[in-house]
Amino acid sequence: MSKKQTVIFRSKPVITGSFSIVGPKEGKGNFGAYFDKVIEDDAFGEKSYEKAEKKMIESAIEGAVKNAKLKPEDIGLLLSGDLLNQIISSSYAARNFDISFLGLFGACSTMAESLAIGASMIEAKLFENVVCATGSHFSTAERQFRFPLELGNQRPPTSQWTVTGAGATVLSKQGKGPRITMATFGKVVDWGVNDVNDMGAAMAPSAMDTMLAHFRDTGTTPDDYDLIATGDLGKLGSEILIDLMEEQGIKLGLNYNDCGQMYFARNQNTLSGGSGCGCSATVLNSFIIEKLRRGDLRRVLFMPTGALMSTTASQQGETIPGVCHAIVLESDAEVKHQRVIVAQPTKFGTKNVGNEKQETEKITTTTTTSTDKPTRAKANKKE
Amino acid sequence: MDKKEIQKRNEAYNRYVKARLPKTKAWPSLFNSFWVGGVICCIGQGINDLILLWFPSIAEQSAWALTLITLILIASFLTGIGVYDKIGKFAGGGSIVPITGFSNSITSPALEFKHEGVIYGICVKMFTIAGPVIVSGVVASVVVGIIYLFI
Repeated sequence: MSKKQTVIFRSKPVITGSFSIVGPKEGKGNFGAYFDKVIEDDAFGEKSYEKAEKKMIESAIEGAVKNAKLKPEDIGLLLSGDLLNQIISSSYAARNFDISFLGLFGACSTMAESLAIGASMIEAKLFENVVCATGSHFSTAERQFRFPLELGNQRPPTSQWTVTGAGATVLSKQGKGPRITMATFGKVVDWGVNDVNDMGAAMAPSAMDTMLAHFRDTGTTPDDYDLIATGDLGKLGSEILIDLMEEQGIKLGLNYNDCGQMYFARNQNTLSGGSGCGCSATVLNSFIIEKLRRGDLRRVLFMPTGALMSTTASQQGETIPGVCHAIVLESDAEVKHQRVIVAQPTKFGTKNVGNEKQETEKITTTTTTSTDKPTRAKANKKE
Repeated sequence: MDKKEIQKRNEAYNRYVKARLPKTKAWPSLFNSFWVGGVICCIGQGINDLILLWFPSIAEQSAWALTLITLILIASFLTGIGVYDKIGKFAGGGSIVPITGFSNSITSPALEFKHEGVIYGICVKMFTIAGPVIVSGVVASVVVGIIYLFI
């Protein structure tokens, strides 16, 4: 048997605060209504896009700490990373905070990487509160990895649109909110794809590897999750992942989707979908956490993938290695109402006698774990 | 897995990905690039004719040079106001191959890297895209010149 890659957090670190900030194009996308802040000018009032990206990460961290009703002094550690060389956006943003800083690079998987490390730190009782943040900017990524913005070239259909946005999450030892219960640390997987315009295909094997490890280690199946969300495989990449998993005998059903694929509306011309650190980070910190808080989603497997490439390595003929980290988020919200599904008799079903009678079926969702309750009660008392 | 097996798996995977790649529709893109490229060439011919009409004293060869300069200027201006990349997205090769595409490929990095300063930004990065074209042009001209010397 291969060694375990999954850690289970007994203390179940709580997500007490989250914040997402995105650019104007992203604000018009499918998650527009869920974001905390949509900026109107993608330079964010700064002179260069690099400075704008830094400022976005900064405001995401500030916003998340504020949302958690904490002060920067209460935060023990800041974990952050981004796509730029020497992760300047994160480290330059961190210099404005009086918080210890660990810079991370996991390309687009940074959000899960930082959350997994942050949760481990809290599990080990080293820190009370940890902030995890990441962000990306379309214009800085284009300039670093591709062509100047104003160059009149056509993008291939597999190319993706780097999301302009940043997200930050506050993890705490105690409090109210969704909890991180498990994390699977991924291996670097390279199946020999060298097309820099087809990141989805390069990263899909790493997603498969981590997903298989996660199911093997925890004994869960895809049906145990309300949502399995990969980060930015895009349209092609997520289809490849479904194929790869099917080959391994695991069927990804309706509960599987990809943040990048969902991100933009159909008419926004983003070809294969969104990508970048900001893609999974903003979806997690807006849509997914909101749904977990409300209890609409009970258990989510969040597993963004990252392509660990650089232009230098690619030009020297290297293939693109990918990495994928997974975390499991569980809702602590109580079920407020029972969902009642009423099967209506069809208009044309006159021959079928059974259809004339109204069939009522009650579907009751139960809280995932009973151990959630005492900790919740304690947290309530404290307030 | 040993090296051979990994290579075999990678080759199989790459074959599979290649088969899954969405294809670009060839005929519509060819048509768009054909008519946009044609329109750019017609504009160039028009400018050339106007120069000859308005300034009859100019030799035909200098009129060509003036036409090229005008086209380069127009394309640079369109790049600056953010229109040329939209034309390029629509027309592809139709707007890259004419001299206007060359102008765009120099103006766009110059614009992009202006924050890094005039020397290290604009001057250094200006030819990142057009550089290979210029180098091959110069090398080709030397080769042709040498051949010309001996015939």
